[in-house]
Order: sequence, then structure tokens, then C-alpha cells
Amino acid sequence: MASEGQSVTGYIQHHLQNLAYGKLPEGYERLDAEGHVSSVLTQDTWTIAHTAQEAADMGFWAVHVDTLGWSLALGSIFCLVFARVAKNATAGVPRGMQSFVELIVEFINSTVNDTFHHKNRLVAPMALTIFVWVFMMNLMDLVPIDWLPLAAAQVTGDPHLFFKVVPTTDPNATLGMAIGVFLLMIFFSIKNKGIGGFMRELALHPFNHPVMIPFNLFLEIVGLIAKPISLGLRLFGNLYAGEMIFILIALLYSAGLIWGVGGAIMQLGWAIFHILVITLQAFVFMVLTTVYMAMAHDVDEEH
Amino acid sequence: MNINLTLIGQTISFAMFVWFCMKFVWPALLGVMQERETKIANGLEAADMADKDLELAKQKAAQNLREAKEQAATIVEQANKRGVQIVEEAKEAARAEGDRLKTAAKAEIEQDANRAKEELRGKVAALALAGAEQVLQATIDDKAHSELVNKLAAEL
Repeated sequence: MASEGQSVTGYIQHHLQNLAYGKLPEGYERLDAEGHVSSVLTQDTWTIAHTAQEAADMGFWAVHVDTLGWSLALGSIFCLVFARVAKNATAGVPRGMQSFVELIVEFINSTVNDTFHHKNRLVAPMALTIFVWVFMMNLMDLVPIDWLPLAAAQVTGDPHLFFKVVPTTDPNATLGMAIGVFLLMIFFSIKNKGIGGFMRELALHPFNHPVMIPFNLFLEIVGLIAKPISLGLRLFGNLYAGEMIFILIALLYSAGLIWGVGGAIMQLGWAIFHILVITLQAFVFMVLTTVYMAMAHDVDEEH
Repeated sequence: MNINLTLIGQTISFAMFVWFCMKFVWPALLGVMQERETKIANGLEAADMADKDLELAKQKAAQNLREAKEQAATIVEQANKRGVQIVEEAKEAARAEGDRLKTAAKAEIEQDANRAKEELRGKVAALALAGAEQVLQATIDDKAHSELVNKLAAEL
């Protein structure tokens, strides 16, 4: 449902651009839709990016308001709902929401207990948080892609407002969580193995010989860094691809009645398939996190 | 798709939510679930115990019933025996009584017969005396001869 005067490429790019809020430097030339200079900034300005170029020029000191907003909102819903259930939970016959929540908790608990055999108060609740939160963020992918952006455009009165509703299609979100996991991994590694043990693991593995230390370090550090990167990019890649398919299907709606009907059927089919994908990705993120935590706790390994 | 401050923001919110979940959600829910698990386990155990108790009670009841039946059978047998015995005794008593009555009757009859004989004898003596009186046509001194006649009558 591309609005009039918008090219196919423009439509796609518009949907893939986050709502960035950041600082543009003094003397920056802001362009209008036709590519003409509309204004030159006289001082450093904190503002919302109107084009992809502006968002890129903001550099690191910018935030994606939509990503953070949706992820915070969904995370808060998760926390409030679960905390409410936990507060009112009874050990008697569970009803309604409590049964549902307990089903998830039970599932997470058994999964975590299968892979993680150490004593740690953090890992299981973290797995629960990751699973539910990531699932909810992924679930936003099933909302027809134009609804929320159009609604946001109506509310703000800006028809060109960038608005991406699926936080996990933003690498910042997925890599942000992966960084959190990575920091915990290093923290628990050092806590359980000591700095020396952690370093030994990096330096003397897989080849336990002083000569091989540089080689080992290279291998192990690459392996270590690859963990959070792959964790974050896997989720991002899957959801980004899914989102892209939805965008392409949505393009069919502007290509006439027959294409539109075909698009509706395809969207339904892809959405149903996507239910599997979003659950699976949430599950994979959770399981990998648990596995990494378990690896950080395994001290008895001798190399 | 620019990497920017969102990354840090997301990490912080991640940490926040995990902390919240660890503090307020997980322990409470897991506690409740474990409590229920214990409850269910206890309930099942109690049900098992009750089943066992029931089984024991049934066995005991069956045993009691069997004993009662045995007792009843013994009592009935004893009663039967006693009944037969009583009937036998009654029969015996009846027979003895009959015999006794018969003997008494016989004795009485004999007595009666003897008495009749005696009477008859007396009457015969008197008759004999009267006869003799008639025959002799003479007055016989009753006093002198009655002794003789009585002696005679006794010999009859």
C-alpha cells in the first residue's frame, strides 16, 4: 500500500529506516524530498532524522526511538503481566493467565535445567526474560506492516515519519542484547575460573604448548567475539528477512486487484509460517544464551 | 541500519528486565509451582496410603466374616447335636415314663385283682357259710365256726 508518489524502492527503504533521534552538526545541509537544500543548521541540533542520510550522518550518538520504545513497551508488558501473575499466584489450582504463565515458566525451567547444571539464580530468569521478550518483539512482525507506521504518521502529522515496529529487525536491539549476554559470559567466566583460569583457557586451548599461545589467542578470541556477534546477527537476520518478505508482499497490494488478492493469500501463508520462525528464533536465542552461560561455568575442563 | 546509542540502550533495558524478572517474577512463580508439586506429591502419597489402608481393611473384614461364618457353623453344629441329644433324652425320658406308668398300671391292676380276689374270697366264704347253713339246716354258731370257715377261706 505504497502512498502515491512513492516509488517501490522508496517504499521499501522507508520501511527499513528507523526513527532516529540524534545530533546534527553545525553547518549541516538538510535536504527536502526532492534533494534540494532546504535549510542549513546554524548550530548543533538534536532532532529527528528526516532522511536515511541524515540518520547515517548522526553517527553513534543517536537513538532509534521506535526500536527502544517498542522494546521497552513490550518488555514492560512482559514484566507487569508476569509480576502480576507471580504476585497473585496460588499453589492451588492454577487458572487462566496463571496456567499460561506457568506453562512458559515450566518450559523454560526444564530447558534451562537440561543444559545448565550449575547453581545460579540469574540464568533461568534471564532465559525466561529473553524468550518472552524476544518472542513479543518478533511478534510485532505479524502486525500488518503498514498499520502502525501509518497510525504513527497520523498521530504525529508527519507523512514521512520513519517508524519500524519490530525491534528485532534493528541490529542495535539484537546486538545490544547479545552484548549483555557477552558481558555476563565474561563476568561468570572470570568469577568461576579466575582471571588466570580465563586467560589460560584463551591462551592454552586448543594447543597446549607455549609456542602456540599467539595462535591459540587468535583462535579463541575470534571464537569468543563470534559468539555474541552470531547470537545477535542470527536473530536480526532471520527477522529482517521475514520483515523484508512482508514488505515485498505488501507491495502487491498497490499492483491491482488480482495481485492484491494473491498478496493477501501470500501474506497469510507467510504469517502462519512466520509464527514458527519467531518462536524458534526466540527459543534459539534463549538456548544459546543458556549454553554460553553453562560454558562460562564449566571449570573442570582441563586442556 | 546504523549502529548507534540504541545498542547501549537496549543492553541497559535488557539488564533491567532480567533483573526485574529475577527479583519479582521467577522466584515467586517457581516457589508456587514447587509448593504445588509438593502438595500433589503428598496428596498422591496419601491416596496410596488410603488405598493400602482400604486393602487392609477389606482383608480384615473378609477375615472377620470368615471367622464369624466358622463360628456360626460351629454353633449351628453344636445346636444340632444338642437338639438331637435333647430329642434322644426326651425319647428316653418318655420311654422311661411310659415304662413307669405301665408298671404302675400293672401294679394297680394286680392290686385291684388281688383286692377283687380277696373280696371274692370273703364273699365265697360267706356264701360257703350260707350254703353250709342251708345244707346243715341247723344253726351253727357263727362265732364257733366262722373262725374255721375264715381259715378255710384263706386257704382258697
